[in-house]
Amino acid sequence: MDHQEKLLRVVGLNVDITGGLVTKKVVRDVSFSVDQGQTLCIVGESGCGKSLTALSLLGLLPVGAERRVSQLRFKDVEMSTLSQYELGALRGARIAMIFQDPMTSLNPVFTVGTQLVDILLQHKPVTRREAIDRAKYLLTRVGINNPEVRLKQYPHELSGGLRQRVMIAMALMCGPELLVADEPTTALDVTVQAELLDLLKDIQQEFKLGLIFISHDLGLVAKIADQVMVMYAGEVVEAGAASEVLRNPMHPYTELLLRCIPRPGHTVPKSVLSSISGTIPPFEDEIVGCPFYDRCPIKEAACKLPGVQLDSRGAHQILCIKPGALRMGEQQ
Amino acid sequence: MSPHTLMLEDVSFGYRKAGLFANKVPPKALDAVSIEVRSGTTTGLVGESGSGKSTIAKLLLGLLQPTGGQVLLDGQPLHMTSRLERAKKIQMVFQDPYSSLNPRASIEQILDLPLRAHRIGNAESRQAAVRKMMDAVGLGKAFSQRYPRELSGGQRQRVAIARALMLQPKIVICDEPTSALDVSVQSQILNLLLDLQREFGLGYLFISHNLAVVQHVSDQITVLQSGKIVEKGSAEAVYFRPQDPYTKQLISATLAPP
Repeated sequence: MDHQEKLLRVVGLNVDITGGLVTKKVVRDVSFSVDQGQTLCIVGESGCGKSLTALSLLGLLPVGAERRVSQLRFKDVEMSTLSQYELGALRGARIAMIFQDPMTSLNPVFTVGTQLVDILLQHKPVTRREAIDRAKYLLTRVGINNPEVRLKQYPHELSGGLRQRVMIAMALMCGPELLVADEPTTALDVTVQAELLDLLKDIQQEFKLGLIFISHDLGLVAKIADQVMVMYAGEVVEAGAASEVLRNPMHPYTELLLRCIPRPGHTVPKSVLSSISGTIPPFEDEIVGCPFYDRCPIKEAACKLPGVQLDSRGAHQILCIKPGALRMGEQQ
Repeated sequence: MSPHTLMLEDVSFGYRKAGLFANKVPPKALDAVSIEVRSGTTTGLVGESGSGKSTIAKLLLGLLQPTGGQVLLDGQPLHMTSRLERAKKIQMVFQDPYSSLNPRASIEQILDLPLRAHRIGNAESRQAAVRKMMDAVGLGKAFSQRYPRELSGGQRQRVAIARALMLQPKIVICDEPTSALDVSVQSQILNLLLDLQREFGLGYLFISHNLAVVQHVSDQITVLQSGKIVEKGSAEAVYFRPQDPYTKQLISATLAPP
């Protein structure tokens, strides 16, 4: 047993999408855990299985997608065996979620107040009066002035930044222990994004929230993550402490992703940026060995052997037989 | 070859509402804005949503008429040139490569359309021009009969760029051309844009909210806030020695990995 009970522990998570005759293995053997008060960032290109990993935790997979998991433990509850009904009681109450686009995840025909209050009434034995008070308190807490006015407004009357603040308040209504955020700031201006990230960090500390944050923006990840998990083609290729993974990337994919980003002061303006040639392999293919093989600049025959798997260097996990070789090679 | 310039000179603009709720004096979306795009160079334009970036793009394309000041193409008022003539000199690349391409046309048809619309060449020479342009943006021959839905985001953006270049324009307005793309694809598209600039001497107006990207591609940067220019200068000066508090705020909000 750990000294500290993990908030969430996921072991051997797989997601299959079946359509027609082919089964696509879109998430393969993913394991991770989240501590109380900690932020785990899941990063990778689009189509790498980040969002499906998060959705599958909550039982929110689209039709046709199926989850297989060895262990999915949320504190004292084993979630993998829960029915949809039992999951529903957990969702929104103890585990909350914030999506990328607040316009499509808020209901346009109800006021902000109705939506905030209903979620609490659904899960907790409180009176409407108490629920309204909590909604007002939380709107103030997420930095919204005159909450009385906002409660009576409809989503379309709010700006993008305000809507996302409402989403955060809504996620906090029932006092969750775990918050799953799927690119919550991608659609926003950089200044608004910076404010919201600060707010999320504050709230996380105040409520001791575990946070799973999905993003493809490595700059943002560097700012908020404690732990980072890099996914490629449905598999974890590198994971560990954020400072370690981002400053000292060991998998060629992580290294190359970091190099693609222009960094003012380091990158020569108008110079050729490095990029990753090729595309993600089709999910119909059986992948043996390293999933990044086709696009890797330092691949060799041994990378395709079945024994290639996620290996630990202390707390830093890497799926590569030559960890760090790409970076070392070019520094010499 | 003399350099081509497209500029706004002291331009103001307000969106007028029509009908019952008409506003007599429209609120100013742009207030005395001057900005210049010169062939062979990139002018970066940054600012938050609603600051007037897209209004500037529309004015430069001649889709809107300024309420004050003037738009000049090579020193001549833009409205003096016909629409077709304008299209030959000024083109645009949009943010979303999913909605800016006709889903029912093949890539070849999409790239052929600007030439047909302008009655340039015959079927044979047009096909040759399309092939050449596909090559220039890094799309193999195999793509000519494909449809946009079969393409990835990065490939679609290559098609959008190729379409913009079919008429050999001098100035291209790029409105957030990489914001919808992954970083690995973003770097490919930025490399392509810089490559094409060198090859064809293109002038870019590069609109983006990502200051790190703007700093990389731009020679000049203009910062816009609520329809007013708060700072402009060389990319290096604006990014590393910003004077205006709003510019400083934008730069500090730009996140970069360690």
